Amino acid sequence: MTLDRSTRVKNTADNTPAIVQLTLSRFREFYREPEAVFWVFIFPILLAGGLGIAFRNRPAEASHIAVARSAANSPVVDSLKKASGIVVDVLDDTAAANALRTGKVSLVVAPRADGSVEYRFDEARPESRTARMVVDRAVQRAGGQQDPVPVADTKVSERGSRYIDFVVPGLLGMNLMGSGIWGIGFAIVDARKKKLLKRLIATPMSRAEYLASFLFFRLSLLVIEVATLIGFGALVFGVPLRGSMVQLAIICVLSSLAFGGLGLLIAARPRTIEGASGLMNLVMLPMWVFSGVFFSSGNFPKAAQPFIQALPLTAVNDALRANMLQGASWGAVGGELAIIVTWLLVCFALALRLFRWR
Amino acid sequence: MPASSTAPLALAVRGLRKAYADVVAVDALDLEVRTGECFGLLGPNGAGKTTTIEICEGLLSPDAGSVDILGMQWARDGNALRSRLGIQLQETLLSEKLTVAESVKLFRSFYPAGRSVDEVVGLVQLDEKRASRVGTLSGGQKQRLAVACALVGDPDLLFLDEPTTGLDPQSRRQLWDIIDKFRSEGGTTVLTTHYMDEAERLCDRVAIVDHGRVIALGTPRELIASLGAGHVIEFGVDGSREIDEAALLALAGVKSARLAGGSWALQVGAAHETIPVLLQQLQARGMPLTELRTHSPTLEDVFVTLTGRSLRDDA
Repeated sequence: MTLDRSTRVKNTADNTPAIVQLTLSRFREFYREPEAVFWVFIFPILLAGGLGIAFRNRPAEASHIAVARSAANSPVVDSLKKASGIVVDVLDDTAAANALRTGKVSLVVAPRADGSVEYRFDEARPESRTARMVVDRAVQRAGGQQDPVPVADTKVSERGSRYIDFVVPGLLGMNLMGSGIWGIGFAIVDARKKKLLKRLIATPMSRAEYLASFLFFRLSLLVIEVATLIGFGALVFGVPLRGSMVQLAIICVLSSLAFGGLGLLIAARPRTIEGASGLMNLVMLPMWVFSGVFFSSGNFPKAAQPFIQALPLTAVNDALRANMLQGASWGAVGGELAIIVTWLLVCFALALRLFRWR
Repeated sequence: MPASSTAPLALAVRGLRKAYADVVAVDALDLEVRTGECFGLLGPNGAGKTTTIEICEGLLSPDAGSVDILGMQWARDGNALRSRLGIQLQETLLSEKLTVAESVKLFRSFYPAGRSVDEVVGLVQLDEKRASRVGTLSGGQKQRLAVACALVGDPDLLFLDEPTTGLDPQSRRQLWDIIDKFRSEGGTTVLTTHYMDEAERLCDRVAIVDHGRVIALGTPRELIASLGAGHVIEFGVDGSREIDEAALLALAGVKSARLAGGSWALQVGAAHETIPVLLQQLQARGMPLTELRTHSPTLEDVFVTLTGRSLRDDA
C-alpha cells in the first residue's frame, strides 16, 4: 500500500535544539576518553605540584668546603669547623682538587706556612663566591676582627614573589592554550577524516552551531580547569589571588576563546591527525619557549621582544600574573586584553573562511 | 508495488558532467527517478555512481548539467532540500564514543520535524543496542545505525551509497527489509550497488552505469529479457582456450559465447536444446568436461553483454 506522504503528520515533538545535542556530544566524547581527562585536569596539577616542590624556597644552604690535609692541624681549621653554615672536609691535595672540580665542594682552604690563608675556587660559580665570603668572615673573626657596626637580621618570604607564584599563572595559561588547540583541533580533524563532517553538512544542521558547540564545550570545561589549578595553587602553596575575580574570569574566557579560535584555524584544513599535529606543535612550541610559562619572557633579547609580546600566550600569561599577583587595575591589563581579542577575531574570521567541510 | 510510469519525478538529472584532475567521473548522464520507486544505480567500482549520487545530495557541484530534486534545486533551495532527504554515505564513521540512541537523537535534532528516536531505532532493529557505544557495534549494526540516522528526519527521498557492501548475508537481508519498509510507506529510494542480486531483489528500475554514462535502463526483468536468452550455460574443459568461438556460436540456440577465466559462458534460448549438442561435440573432440552449470540470466549477464567485462573485474 502506498501512502500519500504529503498528508503524513510529521512529528515535531521529542526534539531538543541541535546546539544542545551538539554540545552534549562534545562532553560525551570528552569524558568517555579517560586520557583526555588526565591531560586536561590531572597533568597540570602534577606539573604545578612537582615544580612547587622542586623550586620551594629552601633555607640557606651550608657551604661545603675542603681543607688540605697538610694543614689539618692549623688553628684556622678549628675556627672553620666551629663556624655555622660551613661544612668542612679534610682531604688530600689531589682529592681536594678533584672535589672542587666536580662541584662536591665550593672552595678549598689551604693555610700557608707564613700564616696567610689561600682560597682556591671558581669565581664563576655563585656558591663558590658565597663560600669565599662565609669562610673569609669566619677566618677573620677567628683572627680577632670586630664588626664596627652592629646589625640585626629579619628573615622574610613574601607570598607573590616566589617561583611557585610565578609558575602557577603560567601553567594556567599553558593549559588554556593546550586544551583550546588540542581539544578543538583534534576533534575536528578526526571528524573530517572519518567523513563525519561531510555527513553532517548533508543534514540541515547549522554549520555555525556545529562550530559553536566546540566553544560552549570549551567554556564549560574552562570553569573546572581554572578552578582546579588555581584552587590547588592557593590551597597547597598559598599562591595569592589579589585581583578581582570578574577580571580573572574575563581574562580566562577571552583567552579560552582566542585559543579555541586558533584551534579552529589550525584544524580548518588538514585531513589527517598527523598533519594537524605537526601544525599544532609548530604553533605552540614558540609559545611554550618564549611566552614566559616557566621563566620570564624578559630573559630573551630586546630585539625579540616585539614578536614575543605579540604572541597570544605571552599576553595571557602577563594578564593572569598581573591579576593574580599584583591585583592589577583594568588599565594595567588593557594592552594584553587587546592583543587577546585581536587574536580571537583574526583567528575566527580566517578559520570560517578557510574551513574545509569535506 | 512498482510506481506507475505516470508518477511525478522525485529526481531528474540531465546532462550531468563531473571531471576530476585525471578522469571524467560522470559524462553526460541522464536519470529520472519516479516518486515512490526504488531506483538502483548499478555498475562496477569507479563507474561514477558515487559521484552522481553525491551531486544529487548537494555534496558536490557538477561541472555541467542540472539536478531537479523534489521539484527543487540545490542552488536555490539548499536548506529546504536537506531537511527532506535521508542520506547514507559510503564511508562515514559516526562518533565511536556516543551510544546508538545518542547518535540518532543528535541527528534528529538537526531536523525541524521527523520520526522519534525510539521508532527509528526499532525500525532498524537496534533496540537491544540502544545504550551501546557505536565503537562496539558490528559492521552490519553500524550500517543499520547509519540508515537510522538517514531515516530520522522522515525523508521523502532516501539516498543509499553501497549500503550492503562488505556485510554478511544476514545483515544484507536486514537492510533490504528496512528499504522495503521505507518504500511500502511511499518513500523514494535511490541506491548504488555492485551486487546484482541486490538490484534484482530491491529495485523497481535499474540504470546500469559504466564510465560515467547510463548504458542501460529499465526494470531488472526488462533488462534481462533484452538479452533474449532463456538460460546461460557455463562449461569448462581441459584446453578451453583451444575451442573456437565460431564453433560454439554455430551450435543450436547459442546467442553469444564468451571465454572468461578458463571457462565458457553461452547465452542460449533453451538449455535443453543446446546441452546435448554441446556434449556431443566435446565428446567427438575428446574433451572431457571439468565443469558444467546453467542458470537463468541475471543483471550480471546483461552487464557482461553490454561491456564485455564482468562487474566485479576492478581492472
